[in-house]
Amino acid sequence: MSGDPILTVDRLIMRFGGIVAVNELSFAAERRKITALIGPNGAGKTTVFNCITGFYRPSGGAIRLTDDDGRTMQLERLGDFRITKQAKVARTFQNIRLFPGMTALENLMVAQHNALMRASGLTFLGLIGAPSWRAAEERAIELARTWLDRVGLLSRADDAAGNLAYGDQRRLEIARAMCTEPVLLCLDEPAAGLNARESGGLNELLLSIRNDQGTSILLIEHDMSVVMEISDHVVVMDYGVKIAEGTPQAVRDDPKVIAAYLGADEEEAIAVMESGT
Amino acid sequence: MSATSARPSHAAQPSGSAFILKKALISAAVALVLFSLMIGVRTEAGPQGGLIYWTRFGDLAAMVGTVFGGSIIIELLRQWWGPVDKEHIVPKPVQAAMSFAGRWLAPALLVFAFLVPVIFYDQRYILDLSILVLTYVMLGWGLNVVVGLAGLLDLGYVAFYAVGAYSYALLATNFGLSFWVCLPLAGILAAFWGVLLGFPVLRLRGDYLAIVTLAFGEIIRLVIINWQSLTGGPNGVSGIPRPTLFGIPLDNSDDGLAARLGIDFSPTHRIVFLFYLILAMALLTNWVTIRLRRLPIGRAWEALREDEVACRALGINVTTTKLTAFATGAMFGGFAGAFFATRQGFISPESFTFQESALVLAIVVLGGMGSQLGVALAALTMIGGFELFRGFDQYRMLVFGIAMVLLMIWRPRGLIGHRAPTVFLERSQAISSDLVKEGHG
Repeated sequence: MSGDPILTVDRLIMRFGGIVAVNELSFAAERRKITALIGPNGAGKTTVFNCITGFYRPSGGAIRLTDDDGRTMQLERLGDFRITKQAKVARTFQNIRLFPGMTALENLMVAQHNALMRASGLTFLGLIGAPSWRAAEERAIELARTWLDRVGLLSRADDAAGNLAYGDQRRLEIARAMCTEPVLLCLDEPAAGLNARESGGLNELLLSIRNDQGTSILLIEHDMSVVMEISDHVVVMDYGVKIAEGTPQAVRDDPKVIAAYLGADEEEAIAVMESGT
Repeated sequence: MSATSARPSHAAQPSGSAFILKKALISAAVALVLFSLMIGVRTEAGPQGGLIYWTRFGDLAAMVGTVFGGSIIIELLRQWWGPVDKEHIVPKPVQAAMSFAGRWLAPALLVFAFLVPVIFYDQRYILDLSILVLTYVMLGWGLNVVVGLAGLLDLGYVAFYAVGAYSYALLATNFGLSFWVCLPLAGILAAFWGVLLGFPVLRLRGDYLAIVTLAFGEIIRLVIINWQSLTGGPNGVSGIPRPTLFGIPLDNSDDGLAARLGIDFSPTHRIVFLFYLILAMALLTNWVTIRLRRLPIGRAWEALREDEVACRALGINVTTTKLTAFATGAMFGGFAGAFFATRQGFISPESFTFQESALVLAIVVLGGMGSQLGVALAALTMIGGFELFRGFDQYRMLVFGIAMVLLMIWRPRGLIGHRAPTVFLERSQAISSDLVKEGHG
């Protein structure tokens, strides 16, 4: 691999007691590219995600993020919320985690917490209604409006997030992650539960995020039509180790990948691989 | 909670006379077992010191019959007016009238609150009761920040009330500081203790958090009882200075307010002053809370209540967010405590028992967690209503308890269960209580 990696995962190890969920995994995600992490169920993909986004502290190895200014941060040392706050890595969840009792707009406002906290002078300027705070709030609402528009939810801005349809909730979660203005967006199965038309729309959204925002994307996905169509680079995991990586085409034809997906059922593996074409 | 989760499966909801009868019979059987010893047999020490007893089966039968009938009535009420199908019980015109009332209720209450001392100037009892109600409104609004907004169940809120009260009492009696200097100090000290409590409980959620906060409330009380040299122990602190109108005392001395204004002195002046003081403090609490809700910190509190994991994924520092919620709530509790001390002129640990925490929490839950108006209404109902039932004599607690149970059946999420958005693009529409989370920790 050459070029300009935004994220470098170096010999990442994650143990839970005696179980090694991720074993010496190394891969890199290119800047302004879409990197997909695929693999059969239980391969350790979500564990890798949780390590990258600070929900788990890795047992070993390094995760380096180099932002657009060339600063390098060791994500495994930052941990927890600082990964989003300082390293600008945002994520979504496999099972959607919106704030259901808050409106779509409020969800996007919460995402801008850190920027708004500064603008509100740690609440004190905001409490007295300082003009600088009002201006910052206007800008935040404007950013939220832009993203609501881009995910096609502008008309639902004032509806409770919990009242939105499933596909809308998925898109709102991506919009919320984007409102943190990340350099790297990590999506955990964004197409899960979407119908064909919705996942087509998702592809367009992700491509436009890459092209227009210049945000790098790392995604876990089972839906091969999404993976094959939009990823620039695919990393295949099985039993916590990397078994292949390369372009979608190369990976799809890799016998090791087919074997991994074969598992118990050959038909299924072939069907999964074929569905991308 | 079970009522809401059962809602989708309408058919599964048991109904019909057989079910109601069965339930009533079971209740009656339980009542028979319980009351046969409590009411059926009466024992007393006889003149020779021996135990004599006699039976009261008539009373027992009446009691069991009441439980049987009451159970049927409650079950019928539940099925007709319960939350299961609340849609068709409220007709359209009533709904319109209620929404109209809802819009004007808060301003009307506010105007009424300002006029209370004018209307009831001669009725000392009502004035004292209003001051008490307003104190609980303020405590409710303070706890609402912690429980209602941030979703952190705090059973030891009275600890901060006590810290505030003792801060003022000790600072005023030992150093002669005035109420207006002590008030912010009491708030700061209470907030400090709020943070101190916050640190160890950061990792705890739900029931565990509730237990630790409960213990914290008790610890503060026990420290106050046992630290005799500082707090006077069970004897309390007496001779706490009365508040002054920025240095002008409200008494019948020559430089008192009455003398300066050239009017006749009346002890009611001080009561009226206290009334407006607590009204102003409560309104300040309300104003700050409403402002905070629309600031990033307030949204973070509510987001924390909704989903803590998602908050972390958005780069929100959960630790400081929780601590600020504890500190803010505690600060208002401290203010209220300082007011309590100056009103009473005497405080002792007896005023800061768990019962107070439970009462304030009940106000918040009954009002609808997170709703400012709901909390005010609940405080009015709980404190004022309790006084209202005084006529029922020894049945006061019973009537009050039944009223509470009925209210919770009718409105399981409190008087005002829905949530108003903090920001909107087109129109602000209330969010149904089904969607709003109660918080886990």
